[in-house]
Amino acid sequence: MEVFLERSDHLGLLAEQDSITSVSPAFGAGAGLRVFLGDRDGFVSTNDLSAVGLRAALEQALGMLGLVLPVQAGGGFDGLPELRDFAATKEGWLQACPSLAEATSRLLEGTDRLQAHGQHLQVRRGSYARDWQEVLVAASDGTFARDVRLHQSVGLNVLAADGDHRASLGRRYGTSDSPDDLRRWDAEAAAVDVCSSAGTMLYADYVEAGQFPVVLANRFGGVIFHEACGHLLETTQVERATTPFAEMVGQPIAHPSLTAIDEGLTAAAFGSMSMDDEGMEPQRTVLIENGILQRFLSDRAGERRTGHPRTGSGRRQSHAFAAASRMRNTFIAAGPHTPEELIASVDRGLYCKSMGGGSVGPTGQFNFAVEEGYLIENGTLTKPVKGATLIGDAKEVMPRISMCANDLELAAGFCGSVSGSIFVTVGQPHIKVDTITVGGR
Amino acid sequence: MESTESLTASLDAEVLRQRLASLAQAEGVRRWDLGASCSSDTSVQVDRGEAKQMKGAQRSAITLRVWNDDGLVGITSTSDLSDAGLARALAGARDASAYGNVDEIPDFSPLATAPLPELEQPLSTPLSILTLLDTLRDAERDLLGRHPAIGTVPYNGLAQRSSDRLYINSDGACRQQRLSTASLYLYARAEEAGRKPRSSGAVRLAYGAADLDVAGCVQEAAERTIAHLDYAPIATGRYTCVFSPEAFLDLIGAFSSLFNARAVLDGVSLSRRESLGEQLAVPFLSLHDNGLHPANVGAAAFDGEGTPTCRLSLLEGGVLRHFLHSEATARAFGVSPTGHAGLGAKVSVGPDWFEIGPTPGSGGGAPGLDRFAAGASGDDRGLVVIDSLSALHAGVKASQGSFSLPFDGWLVQDGVPRSIEAATVAGDIRTLLKAILGFEGPAKVTPDGLCPHVWVEGLSITGDA
Repeated sequence: MEVFLERSDHLGLLAEQDSITSVSPAFGAGAGLRVFLGDRDGFVSTNDLSAVGLRAALEQALGMLGLVLPVQAGGGFDGLPELRDFAATKEGWLQACPSLAEATSRLLEGTDRLQAHGQHLQVRRGSYARDWQEVLVAASDGTFARDVRLHQSVGLNVLAADGDHRASLGRRYGTSDSPDDLRRWDAEAAAVDVCSSAGTMLYADYVEAGQFPVVLANRFGGVIFHEACGHLLETTQVERATTPFAEMVGQPIAHPSLTAIDEGLTAAAFGSMSMDDEGMEPQRTVLIENGILQRFLSDRAGERRTGHPRTGSGRRQSHAFAAASRMRNTFIAAGPHTPEELIASVDRGLYCKSMGGGSVGPTGQFNFAVEEGYLIENGTLTKPVKGATLIGDAKEVMPRISMCANDLELAAGFCGSVSGSIFVTVGQPHIKVDTITVGGR
Repeated sequence: MESTESLTASLDAEVLRQRLASLAQAEGVRRWDLGASCSSDTSVQVDRGEAKQMKGAQRSAITLRVWNDDGLVGITSTSDLSDAGLARALAGARDASAYGNVDEIPDFSPLATAPLPELEQPLSTPLSILTLLDTLRDAERDLLGRHPAIGTVPYNGLAQRSSDRLYINSDGACRQQRLSTASLYLYARAEEAGRKPRSSGAVRLAYGAADLDVAGCVQEAAERTIAHLDYAPIATGRYTCVFSPEAFLDLIGAFSSLFNARAVLDGVSLSRRESLGEQLAVPFLSLHDNGLHPANVGAAAFDGEGTPTCRLSLLEGGVLRHFLHSEATARAFGVSPTGHAGLGAKVSVGPDWFEIGPTPGSGGGAPGLDRFAAGASGDDRGLVVIDSLSALHAGVKASQGSFSLPFDGWLVQDGVPRSIEAATVAGDIRTLLKAILGFEGPAKVTPDGLCPHVWVEGLSITGDA
């Protein structure tokens, strides 16, 4: 069995135009207790951390599996070892974060910079979130570990309007384990980036629907791999028989030019961690190498049910969720080309500079929105277009990623799935997809 | 941490009010309000006859709002309902109030002590989790047996919840609502040799697990999944489309900022203050928000500010009649709150449950619409039936009015439907509301509202053919 204890402290801020309009602090604590019996498990979460409350939760979890206290310890459990304390060097992180006064001041600086650089701006918004979490994991396999996590993100959004023309755009930037993050945030550069894109997209035409070659920009363009393939390489999908790749380890599933990695190690990246939510240290997991499927992302339950070894990928939003195999920092590795070579190779297609959100369904069908797009005509970027949605099937699209550029970059994001909303990083260099369905008008 | 057992089992409103009043007095806080809730949940999932996961949860939460000596408001939320937790929350809210928005200061709702509507919400005794497990196993087995191509039901769940919810303020308002609900969802995956996998499903809600329409859920999930097995690509172009009740309600919900006073004041709605009275849709469309409808399982009797829930006309004859309001937005518009507020530093506003249909006396648009009648679409291209929309979070630009969404559905030619392999539908909500041709069949009750099939002409469909 496994016990997950959590304390959390959250701060959310919103600035609109030139005022702070929301300050939302929240704090809490809770426990998640999980009992395994063969392939089955019972999970109970509670906010009641009293001895009475925890015993009631334990009895409920045991009862789900037909067990009652006292349970005979099995599997050679002979007590917990010494605590592995990843939090020892992180005790001062929460206090080292910007004060309310400092954080609100920085946000207002962001909306002020939007005003300075934007045109036709009807709405200017800045938002900041700080999530501090202390976790303790103890399990009957000898796991006993503690950690502190800190995630901060700051974003700017605008709505530009001119007559019937409207464009809403935003950018979010996030890091982990860096108390000084908001202090280092370049509000000026962020505002210039958002205003430039909004100004371009305000008068953009709707994209023509059809099947085209597509070049996806680096950084958040990596959402295509996250949605189209990454989710299908989690053992939760193997358990459900919803991945087409379940029996394909060692076989080609993508173009030979593609290598993809998931890891939790990159310093300050949004999906990095000292240990996962099951107390295991993260690894660098090569998912696909030169188009060949290497392995799946696995958690404790995934290992028991599918046989794929754990990869330090057991993650959950909070104590209220049982951990599941989830992505961390997931990216396509850099290739040999320049971004210009990718664009030059397309006669008529779409360049996706900025992506919106996306999702993948139970049959591997994925979709995601293009926030900022441009036509490619005769190997060069021409006019901006809006309203595009990329849709496809993972198994069919992966072999069509035929060129990877040499400009890998990562971007922070949030991923919602079976164990809640978690912090992740997506990333890639510029990539070319030979053909994909572009939904438009 | 101190025990919160007495509060998580159920909320004692009077005890909580006295504790807050005492803590507030000690801290010099004279004006405050709070929203609190606690719940107990159990749920099961199965996988091909085996229990996959069984879950239980006890949750408690409180959001505390205080007014400081300058009249500014701050809040804090916590799951810790112990005295120490409440004291920390009060101090946090007071600190946050120093940054309260001077341009818009919330107040207590003037309706926070008005009579509440009577709701027929029977409280059910929770079933044992092993009973839930047996019920779901049987449902899965039944669904798997409906067609040889249905191999798994990868997304399934049977859940039940008992909850208790409070609103209290320092002027003496005290609202409380106890509720029990249950839900069942079954999403099957089917695959025939040499063809792509297909998936569809169904959902049911009730006031208790014993009252769930399990057979109906299995039947609907099977019918929907089997109906998508024979598929073909569709050619890109403009089509007359028929939205299922679920799909149309999803679309209207995604663009509900049209009717949201908060969004209007923030400048992110397509509507403006002076939009009331404008013709927003065809002259035979009515849209109400009615959280009190008897089919709305789990209806809230009051909103986050304690305002009673009510039925509100949003569109009548296609004309915009009212906006959804919180206390602050209502004050800004010079009207009464409508019972659609949350509780926060910046109070959110949102819809409850939509009723969509023809305006009485309007004729209701084109008569006798039947998507399966030969020649129904009037051209060779056929008619597109949109059964369910996906990825609304990514494909809807509410502040721009545009949408581009993947969907599951059928192309109907000469009355014969064939599932569409993969496609998106795109358009502008303002154009769509004025391109409604009419309604087909009686309104259907769904978890999100009441709506008939809705015919719309001239939408852009992108397909693979």
